[in-house]
Amino acid sequence: MGLFGRGSFSTIIQKIFGKRHARIGIYGPPNVGKTTLANRILRDWTGDIMGSASEIPHETRVAKCKKNVKVENGKSSLLMDIIDTPGIATKVDFKEFMNTYGLSREEAKRRAKEATEGVIESIRWLEDVDGVLLVMDSTQDPFTQVNVTILGNLEARNLPVLVAANKIDMDDSSPATLKSAFPQHPVIPISALTGYNSENLYTTMVKQFGRKRRKRRR
Amino acid sequence: MTKKDKGISVNLISRHKLEELSSNEKLDFILKEVQKGKVLVLEQGLTSMEQTSLIEHTMREIEQDTFIGIEMEGYSEDKPTFLQKFLGKMKKPRMTVIGPADLLKTIRKDSNMIQTKIIPGKRS
Repeated sequence: MGLFGRGSFSTIIQKIFGKRHARIGIYGPPNVGKTTLANRILRDWTGDIMGSASEIPHETRVAKCKKNVKVENGKSSLLMDIIDTPGIATKVDFKEFMNTYGLSREEAKRRAKEATEGVIESIRWLEDVDGVLLVMDSTQDPFTQVNVTILGNLEARNLPVLVAANKIDMDDSSPATLKSAFPQHPVIPISALTGYNSENLYTTMVKQFGRKRRKRRR
Repeated sequence: MTKKDKGISVNLISRHKLEELSSNEKLDFILKEVQKGKVLVLEQGLTSMEQTSLIEHTMREIEQDTFIGIEMEGYSEDKPTFLQKFLGKMKKPRMTVIGPADLLKTIRKDSNMIQTKIIPGKRS
């Protein structure tokens, strides 16, 4: 056995230079494209997909995890467990599913009930992630309370955050507004749907989430 | 039995009252008041961790026909300066407005003003 014992050398190198494996949560309000982005990442790096996306809010109502997704950036790489979380909201109204999206009353109520449980599950996952890919809709006002609350929470935990300014393929998108709204965090404009600028996103993910950082327990 | 006054209560909650309560007491107090149909303006807002807990508590309390959740808008806590951190003084979170989601709607928010609207006819 060597001076540092078996496996210790690689552990020391990892402690000095950063992480090799990180658990990354994809967070954001409903309907910003979290699952579309999760599918994009998995398709590009594993050939798989995470789940179905829909225009109806709260399509993802149970967190889904894909382990050991290796994302490469030149010579460096990072192994990630990607968690696609249900959208976080302060309200869930079953009538919206009926009136706007034409679901039956029974179906709408079931979806609403599952959506509330999904929000709780998403919040619980914050305890167990090493970093967050926060997805925002670049066609919408970035200063929503959900965005501000999630970001504040992550800052309090000292978790690394990368903001994905999604939907830049839309005519009314304004990624510059998002960048100026959150200058303290890296903001990468992307289209999860078309894959536009995903290379830049992956490069920043490896850099941002591979960095060594001590998270605060709450 | 006396007939209840019609109208919606908008209560301004002082910093002093909020400082007397623990985080859990504060969240219980806010949620109970909002479930009764009151709109609260907190002189001193909630921290991000408290806001997250409030969202979690709210989700547990949603009753589909009577309580669909909350509308909450506020200004995030100011970052303490280096000197404040050094002296152990943390700036407190700022003003926040919270109400039932079926009553209170946020119209616009910027760094100087939170514009909200109380929807007439609901619960009044």
